[in-house]
Amino acid sequence: MTDRTYGTRLPGMPEEDLIGKLIVVEGADGSGRTTEVALLREWLEVEGHAVVDTGLRRSDLVSEEIDRAKQGHTLASTTMALLYAADFADQLENKIIPALAAGSTVLADRYIYTLMARAIARGASREYARQLYGFAVRPDLVIFLDARPEILLHRSIGKYGSLDYWESGMDLCLSRDLFESFFLYQALLSKEFDWMVHEYGFQNVDANRMPEQVHADVQRRVAPLYGARPAPPRRSPRTT
Amino acid sequence: MPEVPSPSHGFPGRLLVFEGLDGSGKSTQAALLGKWLQSKGYRVFFTEWNSSELVSSTIRRGKKKGLLTPTTFSLLHAVDFADRFERKILPPLRAGYLVVCDRYAYTAFVRDAARGCDPAWVRMIYSFAPRPDRVFYFRVPVAVTLKRKLASRLKMNYYEAGMDLGLSDDLVESYQRFQGRLKREYDRLSTVDDFRVVDATRPVEAIQAELRADLKPLLAKFPTGTRLMHDG
Repeated sequence: MTDRTYGTRLPGMPEEDLIGKLIVVEGADGSGRTTEVALLREWLEVEGHAVVDTGLRRSDLVSEEIDRAKQGHTLASTTMALLYAADFADQLENKIIPALAAGSTVLADRYIYTLMARAIARGASREYARQLYGFAVRPDLVIFLDARPEILLHRSIGKYGSLDYWESGMDLCLSRDLFESFFLYQALLSKEFDWMVHEYGFQNVDANRMPEQVHADVQRRVAPLYGARPAPPRRSPRTT
Repeated sequence: MPEVPSPSHGFPGRLLVFEGLDGSGKSTQAALLGKWLQSKGYRVFFTEWNSSELVSSTIRRGKKKGLLTPTTFSLLHAVDFADRFERKILPPLRAGYLVVCDRYAYTAFVRDAARGCDPAWVRMIYSFAPRPDRVFYFRVPVAVTLKRKLASRLKMNYYEAGMDLGLSDDLVESYQRFQGRLKREYDRLSTVDDFRVVDATRPVEAIQAELRADLKPLLAKFPTGTRLMHDG
């Protein structure tokens, strides 16, 4: 059975239907993703849905190795991409799929797409990244929080007091200057997300706005998953 | 998705691979061949599966706790292999060595297929690993490897016996069935990937002589170490 995944059979997939909903929120660091995930969770629970949230790099299996690799144990890009894929697979099989099978809504703060974009920015081909994650369960909805690089920059500095080494892609040696590297790296990621918006049918949400505006927009897109009639859009979803 | 063999490497070195079931005698043969190549003046680099340190602790821990599924098992071994490939195989291959590998990506292909992973997916994961210049497949009946295993009193481990698949509660029974799956997969790949099939039930000396004879043409134009390091 490969129709529930992106094309690759996952050994051990339960026979029964995955009756829960898988909702993914994607977006760069500083796009307001974490805020939106918290608001969305609150709202879904108030509506009476059991919610399990999940993010990247939270599994017990290899997170230690990933931390160690980040602390200067330099790994080649393919090795690193596979390590992240192993970590994702562990969460998918031990957390996401059981929750979906039990009928919970799984709210994913980032999913394979961020991992793919990072791997591609570090030299993997799109085809390799796409097929590597072929075993991932297809989400019911992918919300992409789209924000301009300047806005991401200000929010990142607001959050960390500076720019984060990894979110600036300093390991890619694009530039020795942190600010310049940040823009170059975000542009690389953004190019991959643009491709994925079409390839994977993302719903693009303008994340340059205030959190409550973003949330209202997201709610409007999530509601139909639970049988509610969608409210008419108040404005165009994308304003770039 | 079809199973596509990787293209050749195009580097000055040569990649010689030894594959086969545990107990097929391939490690013994690989070591003997390495000795011979060195004695002939070639620069030889020898490497074996699982010598990488990176994730072996995770794999060990995961195995101990029974945390691994076929997919995570497959991906963690791929991490291990990718790291090994990048550090141990690629540099000597580019530098013009004869690189002798005791197990290569094919070990993953057969093992992961036996655990139910999609063979085309596994092959794609390993697409960074080029096609070797020669793959020797040490073909032997499972009964023979089992006899060697029992005689050597080496402990039969849980995963090697495929106990995670629930084929049988009995370790030896499970081992036979799982190794049988691996063998069928090796046999299938031997045509897909153009393996040199070696009848591994014969005496050590006979097999070694066959390997050396087989490699003669491949080595005919290959430079020895002296010619690589000194002019004239």
